Amino acid sequence: MSSAILEGGAGMADGTPRRGVEQLSMQQALNRALDEVLAGNPKSLVFGEDCGRLGGVFRITDGLQAKYGPGRVFDTPLAESGILGMSVGLAMAGFHPIPEVQFDGFAYPAINQIVCQIARMNYRSRGTMPMPITLRVPSFGGIRAPEHHGESLEALFAHVPGLKVVSPSNPHEAYHLLKYAATRPDPVIFMEPKSRYWQKGEVDFDSADPSGSPAGGPPTGAKVMREGRHLTLVAWGAMVARCLQVAELAAEDGIDVEVLDLRWLKPIDEAALAASVRKTRRAVVVHEAPRTSGLGAEVAQLITQSCFDTLKAPVERITGFDVPYPSGDLEDEYIPNIDRILFGIQRVLEYRRG
Amino acid sequence: MDSTPSAGNDAGQLPEPLSGLLSGQPAGPLTAGQLRELYSLMVAVRHLDTSAIAWQRQGLIPGYAPELGQEAAQVGSGYAVDTARDFVFPTYREMGVARAMGVDMVAYMSTHKATWHGGLYDPLESRLAPIQAVVAGSVLHAVGWAHGQTLDQTDGVAMAYFGDGASSQGDVHEAMNFAAVMRAPVVFFVQNNGWAISVPTERQVAGGSVAARAAGYGIPALRIDGNDVVAVVDATRRAFAHARAGHGPVLIEAMTYRRGPHSTSDDPGRYRSLNEERDDAGEDPLERFRKTLLADGVADEAFFAEALAAAKAEEEHIRAGIQALGSRPGTEMFDLVFQETTPALQAQAANWREESEHV
Ligand SMILES: Cc1ncc(C[n+]2csc(CCOP(=O)(O)OP(=O)(O)O)c2C)c(N)n1
Repeated sequence: MSSAILEGGAGMADGTPRRGVEQLSMQQALNRALDEVLAGNPKSLVFGEDCGRLGGVFRITDGLQAKYGPGRVFDTPLAESGILGMSVGLAMAGFHPIPEVQFDGFAYPAINQIVCQIARMNYRSRGTMPMPITLRVPSFGGIRAPEHHGESLEALFAHVPGLKVVSPSNPHEAYHLLKYAATRPDPVIFMEPKSRYWQKGEVDFDSADPSGSPAGGPPTGAKVMREGRHLTLVAWGAMVARCLQVAELAAEDGIDVEVLDLRWLKPIDEAALAASVRKTRRAVVVHEAPRTSGLGAEVAQLITQSCFDTLKAPVERITGFDVPYPSGDLEDEYIPNIDRILFGIQRVLEYRRG
Repeated sequence: MDSTPSAGNDAGQLPEPLSGLLSGQPAGPLTAGQLRELYSLMVAVRHLDTSAIAWQRQGLIPGYAPELGQEAAQVGSGYAVDTARDFVFPTYREMGVARAMGVDMVAYMSTHKATWHGGLYDPLESRLAPIQAVVAGSVLHAVGWAHGQTLDQTDGVAMAYFGDGASSQGDVHEAMNFAAVMRAPVVFFVQNNGWAISVPTERQVAGGSVAARAAGYGIPALRIDGNDVVAVVDATRRAFAHARAGHGPVLIEAMTYRRGPHSTSDDPGRYRSLNEERDDAGEDPLERFRKTLLADGVADEAFFAEALAAAKAEEEHIRAGIQALGSRPGTEMFDLVFQETTPALQAQAANWREESEHV
């Protein structure tokens, strides 16, 4: 029942036609978002390795070259620094590049261009040369891919002044976050959880509230994916779905878990984080990146800063280990699994001041 | 044991001929007025360059990357740029290019005053990208900008400067390949000044020359006498015409010589003797041009004296401008990171104001 319109009808208040709700995979939702960005902004360009005729190895750019032509959607030579360095020049020339690196591990050869050039050009040029570049990075593990095809680079990117970092957790988020990111005047690293590419979910195209906040507006902050009273699980990307599963299991034991999808890893929505933890008074951060100097440390510090007086226990981190991302057979040991997250919850709930 | 460096353009050694064919109209000869203008530019650049080293010694600026001996390569190539439609991507050593393009020199020098990375000139208006410290960092930017002109169907050409040392960077090779595959209108302008800090060209560039590599990408290359300003103007104009006509990128390797130190903190005595420097550098490009103009009756001593006086006046004006340059307000540190700032950055800025500005 893919792409079937389940709901629809009258136009929106601003006159745009309602498009309703569809069941889509994240891959389809991202493809739809790119399609609409290309249609809406003639200066937007989609390119990378195999993005054209093939539609990308994950098919995120499927059909776009046929629709927009090889000038707007194209294959580049196989060189990541080239792709990102060329993006800088295109942005200088007034374009809105949406490059792809094929897999997270291959962002490393482009780090020089990302960190020294893309992230700094607005600053270096005193605001005259903005870098409206949306770098799509198929990210994280969970698909038993070969070495370098599953990495969690969020802390590395978030640490770089001048970059913004976002990761969607489901098709609805993927659609809205990509549409938003790809229209911003600043560089955004868009980390797609590749293990979720084929998961379906409802995409509400007309959502008046992609913001995740009651006030509405653009999707600029974190989003409560499940309300709870006893503890906040903070996650992003592929870990959000796992945390929602954990919350269901915990509920069977009478533990009411709130799940906060951070969505933006830079800037982090500190207000949403504080609001959730001030309510639940306990927090566990879950990420699959290695622990040391990971984003979990940043999140824990932000929580300590804003909620120290109300916290019932130290913030717990359930993370990957400080080891190279292991091969497929050991992935399930490395990526936080349901048991490890449940143990973490238990430790926080049972914490007693010494 | 290193062999004796014989890099640069030995006197009497002619550059290799053209490799590859250039299409497009060769430019007509330069008029007497243009030749005199080129000389005036070279004198201005020579004078400013020499002064900048003195300024560093006097403590007016913390550091500078001199270009003594590269005036012909820089002025000649910069002179060929059409600032109405082209765009130039410099390194940290392109003062002469900037001057030839008419960039505000106080704003240019502000980088060396440590006022602002990239300089204070407006890159969009001047058509000169911000000063770049990562060698080869901006070569790919030139390719992207140039490809943008193709997509926009304009006839703008990008020119990327880099050195023989930078030619070892992977980005240069990615850039040449991208530009050739996409037929991007780019002029790769290599100033082979014989040295990358302490390493001579023959210990840097395998295959004999940077120009030789272009052939591997199907890019026509010119290896020219970079100390002959007229030859540089001519080659750059031909390269621009070729790229502008839609024939794709061109590489120019201008053989020149960096006299003196790599930067004001370099000690060239550790890697070459003054005698070697004198032997390898060949004739001073400024003196050489002066002799030609005199012999051809294009300019006389009175003109040279006038040009020097103008250069001195200009230098004094620039020095005064630099002296007057204050620091940028600290708020800019926070304001110019993003187009759309973040709450964390705003909070840090507010904190900084409270604790540092004492307001
Ligand atoms: C990527 C990078 N590595 C190292 C340096 C330090 N560095 C600055 S200039 C230089 C030598 C560059 O030589 P070349 O490209 O020939 O240019 P030249 O300085 O001779 O004009 C080096 C090693 C740098 N700026 N960038």
